[in-house]
Amino acid sequence: MRPAPDKRGYFGAYGGVFVPETLMTPLLELEKAYAKACRDRDFQTRLAELAERYVGRPTPLYRARRLSAELGGAQIWLKREDLCHTGAHKINNALGQALLAREMGKHRVIAETGAGQHGVAVATAAALLGLECRVYMGSEDMRRQRPNVWRMRLMGAEVVPVEAGSRTLKDAINEALRDWVTNVNGTHYLLGSVLGPHPFPMIVRDFQAVIGREAFGQFRKDTRGLPDLVVACVGGGSNAAGIFTAFVPHERVRLVGVEAGGVGSEDGQHAARFAGSARPGVLHGTYTWLLQDLDGQVLPTHSVSAGLDYPAVGPELAMWRDSARVSFTQVDDREALGAFHLLAESEGIIPALESAHAVAYAAKVAPAMPLKAHIIVNLSGRGDKDLDEVARVEGREL
Amino acid sequence: MSRIGHAFAAARKSRRAAFVAYITAGDPSLELTVDLARALRRAGADVLELGIPFSDPIADGPTNQRAAERALAAGATPRGVLETIGAIRTQGEEIPIVIFTYANPVLQYGVERFAEDAASAGADGVLFTDVPVEELDRFQPALRANGLDSVLLVTPTSTKERVRAASRRGGGFLYLVSRTGVTGARTTLEADLAANVRAARKVSKLPVAVGFGISSPGQVEAVSRLADGVVVGSAIVDRIARLGDSHELADSVQAFVTPLVEACRR
Repeated sequence: MRPAPDKRGYFGAYGGVFVPETLMTPLLELEKAYAKACRDRDFQTRLAELAERYVGRPTPLYRARRLSAELGGAQIWLKREDLCHTGAHKINNALGQALLAREMGKHRVIAETGAGQHGVAVATAAALLGLECRVYMGSEDMRRQRPNVWRMRLMGAEVVPVEAGSRTLKDAINEALRDWVTNVNGTHYLLGSVLGPHPFPMIVRDFQAVIGREAFGQFRKDTRGLPDLVVACVGGGSNAAGIFTAFVPHERVRLVGVEAGGVGSEDGQHAARFAGSARPGVLHGTYTWLLQDLDGQVLPTHSVSAGLDYPAVGPELAMWRDSARVSFTQVDDREALGAFHLLAESEGIIPALESAHAVAYAAKVAPAMPLKAHIIVNLSGRGDKDLDEVARVEGREL
Repeated sequence: MSRIGHAFAAARKSRRAAFVAYITAGDPSLELTVDLARALRRAGADVLELGIPFSDPIADGPTNQRAAERALAAGATPRGVLETIGAIRTQGEEIPIVIFTYANPVLQYGVERFAEDAASAGADGVLFTDVPVEELDRFQPALRANGLDSVLLVTPTSTKERVRAASRRGGGFLYLVSRTGVTGARTTLEADLAANVRAARKVSKLPVAVGFGISSPGQVEAVSRLADGVVVGSAIVDRIARLGDSHELADSVQAFVTPLVEACRR
């Protein structure tokens, strides 16, 4: 059985559809179109073909022997989503939804982006399928992820800077939602994470679940067993939901989501939704854990990685947290930067700063685990986009 | 019939569309919101919509976004807004008041407690920008228990079934959004507005008021011929933004709104 939300789009206590009335009809249409696509063999074949020939799936499950030896404990395996075309797992969902948009007769897609990886994936899918594309990006994120802005523009996407609020992912989503409310008829909002109103958290999870399905099969083939621990970083939660979903039914596999600890535990210094001032509330159409003040105003967040810099978390992850199926922890900016260098030097792989959070946690716990234990880390993206920002943060000249 | 219903009935009797005025509470301050409410009533507004400022107003255009930012910066809170409604009532004002809000501030206040406090402050209804009928059950029982109308929105994308559901479950009036989009002044009205209003009035037992994008006496006049009520928001908010806490604020807003109310005459 698929771990689906209920008919009203709830994962346990979380989820739902908290949107302006204008968006209800397109959301219901999307739900219907998606259900049809799930049964449509041609749609599935087309998506599988693109995944194989265009994205480069399956991505390898790579055993990081030098890193494991250096840490002197559990064996660390990397699910290499960084090797996907466009450099991150985001393309899995972008292609799926772009195909869906075309099925629905939409000529235009819009998207939000934080680190720029989702924006690049959507710009790519739009170029491939001949769709108009506009991406909203906070101006602070545009500054720290400049190469991705250029990549999106190269592929014909219009990148619109968002100056409101903290000028990061949250504000980009606000602006994308306003665009969708205004241009609802010909436009599909290609949401990039397991967030937002139903059916988005379900659709994005399903398109990303390929990560966990592959990793599960690959690990079993290599070891005939199950890993002890699966680790993923959690911003909105799409790469985490993507890899966890296949492992959730296997109770003996520990699942850990790593949130951005930022620079401290005060409000505004981190993006750890399961700590500090977070309580359930509504943001961007869904009821979930949210960093907010006592009046329900959403708090600013901070992380060195733009992709984790978001005050809410996907409703399904909130449900997994309540049931304790997934435990959550934080890694701060400094530790993430350490892991960024560690993986580059020990394995010749430069991780995205987002994924570096997951690597950092694995590096922290591996030494205390037995040699025959196994950890799978979802290496959700590559770090090329972060080179400028890391140099800036570390005070170096490139 | 609720106080909101009576206001629409009275307007109809005097051959006018009801004039609904929106302002963001707390902009420029909660004290001045009391003065503004009185000025709007003096200008002839039939219903007052008071917005609770929210940090992430996805249904609002730039004018109301800025107003919310100013109100939050000036320290407005949901509790402060309810107290302000109480202060408006203390001044003897009987104008029906609808609270315009996003779901989250009410959820964090506590839905039951919010409904009790809003009712005892003297509010008449609550309008949620981001609560469609699918999510109404979380809020409506508490509102109903405290005698508050749930003012529901329908839009050009709402199917006939959805309009019917909103009219059946809503109270006070049915708020027809004039176009797909966020709040904010526009110079033209949608071409199919007349057809949308007709369709909504056909299935609705509630009076139908049209809002979003209406800013000039000419537009008010056109909408008054079609609908039971007209909502003007951003145009007034924009006026307030330009005046700030100047001592002419209330008089100037009254002078701005008076011709809009006059344009409601049929």
